Amino acid sequence: MVGTGKRREPADLQASPGFLGAVKDAGFLALLTFGLSFPLVAFNAYQHLTAGLILEPRWGLVAWACGIAFFARLAWNLFGGYISRGGSAAIGAMSSLGSRTGLSVNHIRWIGLIWLLSYPFLAVALAGPGGALKWIDNFGIQILIYVMLGWGLNIVVGLAGLLDLGYVAFYAVGAYSTALLSTTFGFSFWLCLPLAGIFAAFWGILLGFPVLRLRGDYLAIVTLAFGEIIRLVLINWVDVTGGAAGISGIPRPTFFGIPFNASDEGFAATFGLTFTPLHRLFFLFYLILAMALLTNWITVRLRKLPIGRAWEALREDEIACRSLGIDTVLTKLTAFSIGAMFGGFAGAFFAARLGFISPKSFEFMESAVILSIVVLGGMGSQIGVAIAAIAMIGGTEILRELGFLKALFGPAFDPAQYRMLVFGLAMVGMMVWRPRGLISKREPSIFLREKKAISGALVKEGHG
Amino acid sequence: MDYFVQQLLNGLTLGSVYGLIAIGYTMVYGIIGMINFAHGDVFMVSVFIGLILFLLITSLFGGLAIALALIIVLVAAMALTALWSWTIERVAYRPLRGSFRLAPLISAIGMSIFLVNFVQLVQGPRNKSIPPIIDGSFTLPMIDGNVTVAYKQLLIMGTTVVLLTAFWFIVQKTSLGRAQRACEQDRKMAALLGINVDRTISLTFVMGAALAAVAGVLYLVQYGVVSFADGFVPGVKAFTAAVLGGIGSLPGAVIGGLLIGLIEVLWSAYFSIDYKDVAAFSILAITLIFMPSGILGKPDVEKV
Repeated sequence: MVGTGKRREPADLQASPGFLGAVKDAGFLALLTFGLSFPLVAFNAYQHLTAGLILEPRWGLVAWACGIAFFARLAWNLFGGYISRGGSAAIGAMSSLGSRTGLSVNHIRWIGLIWLLSYPFLAVALAGPGGALKWIDNFGIQILIYVMLGWGLNIVVGLAGLLDLGYVAFYAVGAYSTALLSTTFGFSFWLCLPLAGIFAAFWGILLGFPVLRLRGDYLAIVTLAFGEIIRLVLINWVDVTGGAAGISGIPRPTFFGIPFNASDEGFAATFGLTFTPLHRLFFLFYLILAMALLTNWITVRLRKLPIGRAWEALREDEIACRSLGIDTVLTKLTAFSIGAMFGGFAGAFFAARLGFISPKSFEFMESAVILSIVVLGGMGSQIGVAIAAIAMIGGTEILRELGFLKALFGPAFDPAQYRMLVFGLAMVGMMVWRPRGLISKREPSIFLREKKAISGALVKEGHG
Repeated sequence: MDYFVQQLLNGLTLGSVYGLIAIGYTMVYGIIGMINFAHGDVFMVSVFIGLILFLLITSLFGGLAIALALIIVLVAAMALTALWSWTIERVAYRPLRGSFRLAPLISAIGMSIFLVNFVQLVQGPRNKSIPPIIDGSFTLPMIDGNVTVAYKQLLIMGTTVVLLTAFWFIVQKTSLGRAQRACEQDRKMAALLGINVDRTISLTFVMGAALAAVAGVLYLVQYGVVSFADGFVPGVKAFTAAVLGGIGSLPGAVIGGLLIGLIEVLWSAYFSIDYKDVAAFSILAITLIFMPSGILGKPDVEKV
C-alpha cells in the first residue's frame, strides 16, 4: 500500500550494510534514548521538606538506558535476522503444536476446567490451610473476576466490535446497586445479584441508545465520557453513595441463607465441620467460577443464535449489515446491554466479596485493564481472554511474591507500578506485532458441513 | 458584572491552554483520522519537562532574567516534547497504518497508560509544585468594582496568540502546510504526487506536541503544580474542544478550547465546582451525539 510506513526490520538496513551501518543505527537509537530521558530520567525533582523542589541528578540511570538501547539495537542489527526467524519458527511451532499432539481446543478446555474445579483443594493440599487463603483469594478469585469482566467486555468489543472504554461504569453500577440495596433495604446477596445485572443492563440500554449510532472511535470516547461521569457522580453525590469514602458493611454472600461464621447457625456448625475462614473462600471461588463459566456458556450459545451472528457481521462490515436489513441499533444495543449485564453481575460479586466499595475501584485505569485483557486475548477468543487475564492479573500477583526482586531493585520496588507500564507496552506491542491476538486461529461459529479454521488475519476486525 | 468579567478572563486563560492542546488532536485527526489518545499525556510529559528544565536553569544560572529563562524553557520543552511525540508515532502508530480501524486507538491507549506510569515511576506519585514564576497583577476598574488581571494571564493569552499565528502561517503558507493539507484530502494521491507522506505525518505529530509543550509551560506558569495523572482530564477536555470546534479544523480547535475554558470556569463559578468535569464530559457526549461535525467541521461522509 502506498504511504504505508514500514517498520525498520533488519532487512531494511541492508542499504547501509555491514558493521558500520549497524553501529550508526544503534548510535542513533542511543542518542534518541538520551534525548527522551534527558530531563525526565536524568533529574528527579523531589520535594524537600523546607527548600521546595530539589533536583537530584541520576545520570547513572540515563547511561544505563542509553547503553542498553545501544547494545540491544546493535545485537538486533547484527543477529536480528536469526532471532526473528527463530521467533517466527517458535510461534509457528506453537500454533501447530495443537494439531501435532492431537490436543484440540476442546481438550485444553476440559483440562482447564478440571484444573479449575480442583484448584482450591490443590491449594490447600500444597500450601496448607493458612497459605491457601492467599492462593485462593489473591490468585483464584481475583483472576476469575477479571476473566468474567473480560468475557463480558468481549461480547461488546470482541464480538460486536464496539470499543467500550467505559465498561467499568457497569461494574460500578452492579457494585453500587448491590451495596445500596443490601445496606438500605437489607436485601440478601442472592436477591441483589440478579437485580444488579438488571440495573447494569438497564444502564447499558440507557447509555447505549443515544451513542450507538456513532462511529467506532467516537463511540469509544463517548463511553469513556459516560464512565467518567458515573464515577464523578459517585464521588460527589455524597448523600447516597457515601462519596469518596464509599460504602462499607455490605453483607457477605451466604450459602443459600446460611452465613459463613462461627455461630451455631453458621455453615460449619450446620454441616458438622470445624469452622475455618476457608469455607467462605471456597464458596466465593466456586461462585465466581460458576458465574464466569455461565458468562462463557451464554456467550458461546449466543454466538450461534441469529443475534450473535449479527454481532459478528456487524463487526466485520456495518454498511453491508445495514444493506442486508439488519437493525444495527438493536444489534449493538443487545451486545452493549448484555455485556453490561455481566459487568453488573461481576460488580455485585465484587461488592459482596469485599464488603466495601469506593469510587477508587472504578477508575478509568480499571476499564483500561479489562480492555487490555480483551485485546491481548485476541478480541473474540474466549480462551484467549482467560489466558490473558491469568497472565496479567496473576503475573502481577506473582511479581509481588518474588522476594529476590526486592533485593535486586531495593525495598521500594512495587510491582504494581510496573504492572501498568507493562500493560501499556503490551497493548502497543500487541497491536504492532499480533493485532489478531495471541490466539489468532479462529474457528467459525457457523459452518457448512465441516469446520474450517481460518487465520485471524483474514477477518477484518476481531475474529470469527 | 465585575465577577463575571473576572471569570471571563480566567476562562479565556484556561481556554487558551485547552486550545493549544486541542490543535494536536485536531491536526492528527485531520491527517490520519485517529484519536491520539496519548496526546493529553504528552502534554503532561511536557509539563514535567518544563518543570525540571525551569528548576535546572534557575539553579544553574541564578541571576538569569525570568523572561529569558522562560523562553529557553519554552523552546527546549517544545523540542524535547516533540522528540517524545515523534518517537511515539514511530513506535506505536506508524506500523499500524493499514491495520484495522480501532488498532491505532488501542495502541494509543496503551501508549497513554505507558506514559502515565513511566512518569509516575521516574518522578514519583506526589504532586510537584513550584513557587509562582510570575507574580504581580494590575486592577482594571469596572463600573461596579475591580477586575484583577494577573500578568501571567496576559502572558498566556499573548503567547497563545503569537504561536497560533505562527502555526497558522505554517499550515497555510509553507510547503509543509500544503503537504499536510494534501495528505488530509487524499493520502494515496499525495504520495503519488511525490509528497513524503510518512515525513508529513511525523511532522504533524511534532507540531502538535510542540504546541502541547507550549500549553504545558503555560500551565506551569499558571498553576505551578503537576502530577503524573494530570494528563488525562486536560486531554479529554482538549479533545472535547477539538470535537466542539469541528475536528480537523484548526481555528475550530481554538474556538472550542476557549468555549470549553469559559464553560468550565463559569460552571464552577455559578453552579458547582464539584461537577465541573461532569460538565465537560457531558458537553463531549452531547456534541458527539447531536453535532458530530462540530462548529466549523465538515460533515463526515461515509464511503463504502
